[in-house]
Amino acid sequence: MSAASHDAHHAHDDHGHGHEDGGAHGTLKDYVIGFVLAVILTAIPFWLVMGDVLPNNQMTALAVMGLAVIQVIVHMIYFLHMNSRSEGGWTMLALVFTLVVVVITLSGSLWVMHNLDSHMMAPMPHDMREVP
Amino acid sequence: MAHAQALTEADKDRFYLTEDHHPENGTLLGFWIYLMSDCLIFAVLFACYAVLGRNYAAGPSGADLFDLPIVAVNTALLLFSSITYGFAMISAQAKKVKPTLAWLAVTGLLGLGFLSLELYEFNHLIHEGAGPQRSAFLSSFFVLVGTHGLHVTFGCIWLVTLMVQVAKRGLGGEMKRRLMCLSMFWHFLDVIWIGVFSFVYLLGVLK
Repeated sequence: MSAASHDAHHAHDDHGHGHEDGGAHGTLKDYVIGFVLAVILTAIPFWLVMGDVLPNNQMTALAVMGLAVIQVIVHMIYFLHMNSRSEGGWTMLALVFTLVVVVITLSGSLWVMHNLDSHMMAPMPHDMREVP
Repeated sequence: MAHAQALTEADKDRFYLTEDHHPENGTLLGFWIYLMSDCLIFAVLFACYAVLGRNYAAGPSGADLFDLPIVAVNTALLLFSSITYGFAMISAQAKKVKPTLAWLAVTGLLGLGFLSLELYEFNHLIHEGAGPQRSAFLSSFFVLVGTHGLHVTFGCIWLVTLMVQVAKRGLGGEMKRRLMCLSMFWHFLDVIWIGVFSFVYLLGVLK
């Protein structure tokens, strides 16, 4: 009787464990690869800016933003263990939805505020940066 | 047909799946959705900084204020804390209590190191007269970076709480779930920091 209930309990435990393992957790190799990539992707933008490597600032800015996007993806894959299968795809769906809202928020704010700025005739604090 | 005949009486009444593919509890998915909403908070703060970040009000600009070596050290601290948390998770999966606690402690110390450097930087800026009230640029800077710092602070408090729990109760299923949630939170903060150091500090120094 006691053994049977113990077995049942154990079976339940295994079941729960199996499901949890279906959740995201990485191996040592994942973390090390992710870490090495992240270090490289962090070092390059700092080097570009501090060493003044590229000919003009615009190129440096583009490179820094591009590397940041790549590093975010690396973190998502190797540290947050994102994939399209975890939780039946719902984490990925939530992420995609969030990204859409983020893009609309950022580009929308910049667009509207820039438009507003350029329609203002009076000098904005924006123009006062030239004042010593 | 042969399959249909094999059904028992009880099975015939069943029009739903008894075994479905959902996890037993939705904690991790729910926590992920919380993180996504947190992501929206940061998106709004980033948008705010993007709009106001050049309004210096004749005050100091990012190029005058930011000290890149400090930012580099901060970035390194946060990145190291990410991988040490990863090691803690691996130890937790192997059900080794002592290494888990040790790695969590290292992670917490790195987090505290990050926070003290950030507070030092804020203190320095405010003493130079570049506090949040100086210009729209500095207001949005302090709100964005400060919100991230506040998240790290709460992450550290949460980490200590979990260390006490692991020490007292070992590494059961529910403890692994809690560690997993903090793991997502911690790595998420590192992802936000990538945006902060690239967009705010590096680009701020550039122009």
